[in-house]
Amino acid sequence: MTNTLHRFGDAESFRDDYVVFAIPSKGRNDKDSLPKLRRFLEIAIEFKPVNLGDARNGGALRPSRTLNPVAHWKRNVKPDFEAVIRGLAVPTTCAAVFDNRIAAEDFLKRVKEEDFGLSVNISTSVDGAEQCCAHACIARHSVGYSLGFEGKTEKLPNSQVLMLSTMCGHGMVSHSLAKKMIDWVKEGRRTPEAAASYLMRFCSCGVFNPSRAKRILEDARAKTR
Amino acid sequence: MKINPNKCVACGNCTYVCPMGAIYVDPVLKRATIDRDECVECYACYNGLSQEHLNPTMVRTLRRIFALMRVRFDPEPDVCPTAAFEPEELTWPRIVRRAFSDPRVPHESTGVEGRGTEEVKTNDVTGRVQVGEVGFTIEFGRPGVGVRFNEIQQVCWALAKAGVAFEKKNPITSLMTDVTTGTLGEDILGEKVMSAIVEIKVPVERTEEIIRLMWEIEKKLDTVVALGVGTRCDEHGEENIVAPILERLGYKLERAKTNAGLGRVNHSAIQRSTEAVNV
Repeated sequence: MTNTLHRFGDAESFRDDYVVFAIPSKGRNDKDSLPKLRRFLEIAIEFKPVNLGDARNGGALRPSRTLNPVAHWKRNVKPDFEAVIRGLAVPTTCAAVFDNRIAAEDFLKRVKEEDFGLSVNISTSVDGAEQCCAHACIARHSVGYSLGFEGKTEKLPNSQVLMLSTMCGHGMVSHSLAKKMIDWVKEGRRTPEAAASYLMRFCSCGVFNPSRAKRILEDARAKTR
Repeated sequence: MKINPNKCVACGNCTYVCPMGAIYVDPVLKRATIDRDECVECYACYNGLSQEHLNPTMVRTLRRIFALMRVRFDPEPDVCPTAAFEPEELTWPRIVRRAFSDPRVPHESTGVEGRGTEEVKTNDVTGRVQVGEVGFTIEFGRPGVGVRFNEIQQVCWALAKAGVAFEKKNPITSLMTDVTTGTLGEDILGEKVMSAIVEIKVPVERTEEIIRLMWEIEKKLDTVVALGVGTRCDEHGEENIVAPILERLGYKLERAKTNAGLGRVNHSAIQRSTEAVNV
């Protein structure tokens, strides 16, 4: 799962994007890890994340199997963090997304104190992760760099579409829907917040950052590059 | 995946949410239709769209009336109004499409969701990439382009020819009929997936060679490639060996995934599994 590594954008564009995740390793520390993962998510809520999720069930805003038609006029767009914790049934990757460095730093520090014994990673700009680790007095163990996209890049859409769609690294947020949401915001048919919420529901592991998406959509309203 | 033509009302919402662009409204049938060759069975349509269970006849009638009046119905864009998507039972080899495209399905070979890899995310407990080593994650098809295995095959052959060993616990490796040559099973070569990751590990001195090799291979591919390079930090948490190589090659390192080193092996778990094997 490199789903948070290859987000499109420069380091500055990740100023409001910090994904902290805990991951059990199969056969090494996954047994008895479920309560620890739940606790990881519970603690995250104290630091006001913009999304929470697990790799099996998705994020804090999910599609409905039985949507009431009234939702077309009055849609619930409030993330349900408690539902994510309740729904966690098997050990899997759990993630908390923050839109500011301070919250991510403090959360990481707290996670270190809790000493879960699970692998914990932070995915953001190279400098941002260094600062978070320094704040928590953590010496980084390993680092995985993204070298970006290569090959037949002419098949890719413009940068604003890419910044939105790559926030679900599994590709569940399509380029077409991201482009449609930019267009709808430009036309005034939806607010950036509402448009971000549509995109967020497609991310199946809860690492989509609605705060960053809202900012990108607001920027795109004025100009699509 | 199938779309039930008796339920579909051709609202078009699903045509935008398909990451592969494989859904279109057929002008003759007047129903949303899936291009099966392009569909990667990612289930983004089925899992991502909220479902209403409206009466199809009623919805079609209303849509016709609105269209006659040139009134634009403006529903939520992430909804299938009649729950028209129906998963179908997949058989080999088509089933590999879903295994590599639907992130909720764990890979049988590794037990990991998503693309089935752990890379350096669990390096603090697996010790997979040691000091002086570099782990490459070579991901094909991402973002939103997709890839067929016959293209991945070309890369695996080239890497194997360069004397590179493939990561054993990796879904692509598990599909190889010969890991020494990087040969994949012939029956899957035409299958298309959302993305797939080849993992290799080399001594740090070979970093530049591997990247230059990838640059050459990428010219022949009809898809996109996302390279990830993972390595160990020193005892102070610093990494001053691989980053300079990458920067010298022209890469601007914008984003990284950092393993904080808080994980540890649960010895009782290892012991239990050893006991089970002994039994």
